[in-house]
Amino acid sequence: MAELLQFVFSGLTVGAIYALVALGFTLIYKASDIINFAQGEFVMLGGMLTVFVAHAVIPLPFVAHAGIPLPLAAVIAIVATTAIGLALHRFAIEPARGATPVALIMITIGASIFLRGTAQIVFDRRFHSLPPLLGADPIQFGGAAILPQSLVVLATAAVIVVALWLFIDRTIFGKAVIATAANRLAARLVGVDTRRIVAFSFGVSAAIGAIAGVLITPIALTSYDAGTLLALKGFAAAMLGGIGSAPGAVVGGILIGMCEALAAGYLSSNYKDAVAFLIILVVLVAIPQGLFGRAKIERV
Amino acid sequence: MSLRSWLEIRLLPPMVVAAVFICVPWFFPSAYYYRIGALVFIFALAVAGLNLLMGFAGQVSLGHAGFLGIGAYSVAIGPAHFGVPSWLCLFAGAALSAAVAFVVGRPILRLKGHYLAVATLGFGLLVAIVLTNEAGLTGGPDGMTVPRLTLLGWGVRGSDVWYWIAGTTFLGGFVLALNLMESPTGRALQAIHDSEVAALTLGVDVARKKLTIFIISAVYASVAGSYLALFNGHITPDAAGFLRSIELVAMVVLGGMGSILGSLVGAGLLVVLPQALTIFHEYEQALLGLILIVFMIFLRRGIVPSVAAIFAGWRK
Repeated sequence: MAELLQFVFSGLTVGAIYALVALGFTLIYKASDIINFAQGEFVMLGGMLTVFVAHAVIPLPFVAHAGIPLPLAAVIAIVATTAIGLALHRFAIEPARGATPVALIMITIGASIFLRGTAQIVFDRRFHSLPPLLGADPIQFGGAAILPQSLVVLATAAVIVVALWLFIDRTIFGKAVIATAANRLAARLVGVDTRRIVAFSFGVSAAIGAIAGVLITPIALTSYDAGTLLALKGFAAAMLGGIGSAPGAVVGGILIGMCEALAAGYLSSNYKDAVAFLIILVVLVAIPQGLFGRAKIERV
Repeated sequence: MSLRSWLEIRLLPPMVVAAVFICVPWFFPSAYYYRIGALVFIFALAVAGLNLLMGFAGQVSLGHAGFLGIGAYSVAIGPAHFGVPSWLCLFAGAALSAAVAFVVGRPILRLKGHYLAVATLGFGLLVAIVLTNEAGLTGGPDGMTVPRLTLLGWGVRGSDVWYWIAGTTFLGGFVLALNLMESPTGRALQAIHDSEVAALTLGVDVARKKLTIFIISAVYASVAGSYLALFNGHITPDAAGFLRSIELVAMVVLGGMGSILGSLVGAGLLVVLPQALTIFHEYEQALLGLILIVFMIFLRRGIVPSVAAIFAGWRK
């Protein structure tokens, strides 16, 4: 029993991260029908930028060894990643308006490879970690141990989901996002600047990704190429939940994290990574619209 | 179509490629150039197959390296563990790829657009994960050595020999693909590309035609994978990895969807460029990403169709 609880804890923690990545996918997909394969790189950038900003020594006068405090480093990393997300939209997505879905997929994949390649030069090729936010002593609970950082991950994920929901549901800008997602042309006709909405979705997705990156780095190490697998699993989570559905993204992320942890615990840790993709194949074949997605009716 | 015009129109591109293929080695200063040439033709073969699926039938596959991996490991595992001759393993690998494509393709080819992209991506990753984890058979992440190909007691080795083998096979695949596209199946596939519903109403068995072309493209990739393994003499699970799949799709898209000649150009570009840029080795990934973005923005149709359009414009 304690063993099961242990697996559930680790599944929840990883699942929360997948959920955040999936949420980023969902947001951009809703606003623009684009699948952003660079989503995982946002997570990587959040972690790596925090590590390197925190370790940067700035030669300020009067202050000896002016290291940047970790929380400030994290904020800088999140802001910088958001800027990168906006730049991605401005310089790669916006000029390619009207391109086919395959072309847009190739552009975001190109962006993902570009960001990874650049990170490898600007940072390095080693693994990095961050000190946890609330100490490293595990909390005992029902015979299982949970890291304080896991609680931080879960709490932050919950806060982000609620905040995003409130923003989309309760503000006029949020209504414009919903309108854009429903019908871009109609939204433009009633005066919504859909370009700004898409830019916004890229910025927020990048920010969410970066936050996930900062949070997960103390638990799972980060490196320049940490983004690929995260993106693919977050993508699987979004598909499982039904692409375009925000609650679906969260549930899908948690489910995939859980299955992965249980499979790693009871079956084989070698095949842990295979679980997400097996699930996605089964889901796509059995219920292609995902758990929360609406069946798309195609008119001819 | 009369024989003459058939020769003029249909076989002109492969004949030009054949002429270049035969003449270019005269200008090769060293064996290293044969090596690059062989790699170009091997990748072009896989890309041509993928192009049949993407460019002609309009179905995306982000997991085609999975078939490349199956072909590659067939010629690695067969001789090493079971003592089967390499050439037989090449055919066995192709048959295995076809069987896998048949089993996997039936359910997932019903999916469209993004969903198909994800399903194929998942398939490719699963192949790579199995190859990485079954270390007893495959040597795990470090890969395994591949015994050299022996044909009738003659050991096939050397970059120049592989240049001729790969180039000839590619030309064969080129002509085969052109013929396929002119066949009833090919026309049906182009109808599916334009509108699945319209094709269905016209009596095209859409599911079956899509499956057929998926299997054919898998066999192309498998043979290319076997060649790659035999040529390099070593193989790692990266051959089946996500990045390889992306590279293949990038070659299709850069060269031009629906143009087999484009497949050769795309493969040539992405094989030669990293070699030419070895000084910038560190920047290779970043550059590849940048090239992909720039091409997709400014030359969306790919190199060969864009150039062809310019020429067509001149003629008028």
